[in-house]
Amino acid sequence: MSHDPILTFTPEGIYCPAGDFHIDPWRRVDRALITHGHSDHARWGMGRYLATHEALPVMRHRLGDIVAEGIGYGEQRRIGGATVSFHPAGHVPGSAQIRVEVRGEVWVASGDYKVIDDGLSTPFEPVRCHHFITESTFGLPVFRWEPQGTVAAQINDWWRACAAQGKTAMLGAYSLGKAQRLMAMLDPAIGPILCHAAVENTNAVMRAQGITLPDTVLANKDVSAKTHPGAMVIAPPSALGSVWSRKFGPQETGFASGWMALRGIRRRRAGDRGFVISDHADWAGLLWAIRQTEAENIYVTHGYTDIFARYLKDLGWNAQVLQTQFGGDEENETEGSGEAA
Amino acid sequence: MKAFAELFNAIDQSTKTTVKVNALAAYFTAADDLDKLWTVALFSGRRPKRAVTTTRLRAWGAEVAGIPLWLFEECYPIVGDLAETIALVLPATQTRDTRSLSHWINDLRAVYEADEAAKKAFVLDAWARLGGRERFIFNKLITGGMRVGVSQKLMTRALARASGRDEAELAHRLMGNWHPDDTTWHALIEARDATADASRPYPFYLAHALEDGPEALEHPAEWRAEWKWDGIRGQLILRGGAHYVWSRGEELMTDRFPELARAVDYLPDGTVLDGELLVWHEGAATPASFNTLQPRIGRKTVPKKLLRDAPVVLHAYDLLEWQGADIRAQPFHARRALLEAACATLPAGAPVKLSPQLPFATPQDLHAYRGGARDAHAEGLMLKRADSPYLAGRKRGDWWKWKLAPLTIDAVMIYAQAGSGRRANLFTDFTFAVRHGPPGNETLVPFTKAYSGLTDKEFREITAWVRKNTLQRFGPVRQVTPHHVFEIAFEGIQASPRHKSGVALRFPRMLRWRHDKPMSQANTLDDLNEMLRLYG
Repeated sequence: MSHDPILTFTPEGIYCPAGDFHIDPWRRVDRALITHGHSDHARWGMGRYLATHEALPVMRHRLGDIVAEGIGYGEQRRIGGATVSFHPAGHVPGSAQIRVEVRGEVWVASGDYKVIDDGLSTPFEPVRCHHFITESTFGLPVFRWEPQGTVAAQINDWWRACAAQGKTAMLGAYSLGKAQRLMAMLDPAIGPILCHAAVENTNAVMRAQGITLPDTVLANKDVSAKTHPGAMVIAPPSALGSVWSRKFGPQETGFASGWMALRGIRRRRAGDRGFVISDHADWAGLLWAIRQTEAENIYVTHGYTDIFARYLKDLGWNAQVLQTQFGGDEENETEGSGEAA
Repeated sequence: MKAFAELFNAIDQSTKTTVKVNALAAYFTAADDLDKLWTVALFSGRRPKRAVTTTRLRAWGAEVAGIPLWLFEECYPIVGDLAETIALVLPATQTRDTRSLSHWINDLRAVYEADEAAKKAFVLDAWARLGGRERFIFNKLITGGMRVGVSQKLMTRALARASGRDEAELAHRLMGNWHPDDTTWHALIEARDATADASRPYPFYLAHALEDGPEALEHPAEWRAEWKWDGIRGQLILRGGAHYVWSRGEELMTDRFPELARAVDYLPDGTVLDGELLVWHEGAATPASFNTLQPRIGRKTVPKKLLRDAPVVLHAYDLLEWQGADIRAQPFHARRALLEAACATLPAGAPVKLSPQLPFATPQDLHAYRGGARDAHAEGLMLKRADSPYLAGRKRGDWWKWKLAPLTIDAVMIYAQAGSGRRANLFTDFTFAVRHGPPGNETLVPFTKAYSGLTDKEFREITAWVRKNTLQRFGPVRQVTPHHVFEIAFEGIQASPRHKSGVALRFPRMLRWRHDKPMSQANTLDDLNEMLRLYG
């Protein structure tokens, strides 16, 4: 075949020459197809945006006045010489893998994904393709997630114990996606759920688009341990231990992230508890997803790229590493700086 | 094992001392004597003999996990802990085992002498029986080093609470060279111990750093000056006809410095000296460099040749006990007078010498001494108030250390490696180079590594930069674009044929990230060699 590749990798990001569009570009381009609303994938300044109907509200909330169009999961659209469709990635509500077909050859750019059903996002659906672009945030065999129900029980037990001791449970989590997933796992019978403004704003956007979340209270200046004893507070990691957090009185802090699987990182965060839960696929999840695509060519974009690609090559795939600027949410989450605009 | 794993977890996941002490006290109240003995041993750095090499463990771990060994080896530096890496990659199981900690340790000891097949069968069986947390503890027992965030002090406090015994007495009982293999809980904690008091050291008095120079001290006449030696602080105890040497970390070092045994021939029983252990060849004007002392520190038994090449002498600067009486409350000048009298009769070959005082009248005199400190192989000056008692711990006001400014050199970062443990997934360990060769044909010669001195924020910043500027990877090490210049501080320099640059530095660390300096202004190998000539 002497044709150009269907997707190429340019300084602006992933590019489709046949359709003249980019996927999750990091420099300004005319037409951007967006996998999901996290800031390392949906950036400001593109001429036009295309994303799932479910992803758009958060993107508008974060990026302001943008020219954007929605598309349904599975709906096919012709852009130039390419046929594109969006398929559930299970990462956060509205997140998608973007399938691009040109002359019968299929490429899938999966953005960020996880393969288990989190109860909130449309669950991951494998898409058969010839070329698969994957993340590898947790692409090491040391990462293995426990079932969501197990982690939910751990978090609720912790909350119950805190409440019984007259303490506030402070849970640090990324404000888009992880925070909402966690609140949906909580047992509201234990006490009130309070949210930091960054989290509550996203809650409002999601509720407005019809996503069901448990009742939460904005932790504004009138809210404290006195007004809401025995509460669970959900806040970005950077807000924990800040001046803002003091009004919640005696408290324990917990962090919810895939990184909490590693003892050293747990200890560096110096919280009271670490809960291992991620919106990215674990080792087994990544390998399962890749097998399901039946693709022969794998491009690894962010995370433990070199190690993961080498392992895929060992197993017989044609795998290579791509340098991208993805990796903004959980990559940095442990450092409390993951809330960049 | 489950109870111990829960204890470990409770301590490990909390940063609050009350939580840790409560968990320990509860455990010490409930556990049986053998488990308690081993728990105290493990948390104070004593461990069962290693039954299996780590090479075997890695291979078996990878095999059971169904991953290639290279992949396991890639994971290890990222996780930063071998026991944890193995526990994480093994297939998930639930614990179905009720054996106690000491039972597991006994089983482990039973395979010390076994052949490899039996060892492997034992380890694989343990992995199959134990769930994640217990598996990690089991791996820790095999690989040694049960480091957990609990100090000896906290453990002693919990033990005191659980046993109703005096904390200070327990602290003393837990010091020294005991091991669970040759003692019992009763003998260690409960039995009357007549020798306990004889070896008990006094808490060390520690000085604060003097940042502004001696002008800040009023009335020079009230102060005494000494060299601040570059050796190991030590307390020599002569009681009951025996001698004991304690480090500042309250480690008993008696066996490491056998030459001090002869002190009992020259000094009376009931004497306790505070001083500095230094390698000092007979007749030499100055002590040998700290590098010559280094091999003595790690060795529990000292070969004859090392004793000859690096003879250690205690340079005494304080007297804490005299004729069996604790004299720490007496003023320093009075203790010093007694010390000088006691040392007056010491012959030339004695393993104890009096550390001299440096007479001075003005701050200028002190500046002059400090200017010559490097020549005297000292790392600065000590300034002590003449009428001060010997206090416990680091207390401000009476003792000051006025150290020399470190040597510094501006170097280019060329390799970066992620830290382990707490610093996993941050780049914190760097290799630095100096420039060498004519302009246009310049090379970079690596000369030191450093991994401390930056703030967390700077480490995050450099980590993000390293991720984007990696040229090549060698396992966990990344070669990066030579660009950033750092000011490296160090305490000493010596020739080293083992290093490509020909020099080795003592205690190198990053003093500053020189954002303001381009690479072309970094120092050269010639600069480094000049420092070696001046200070080596």
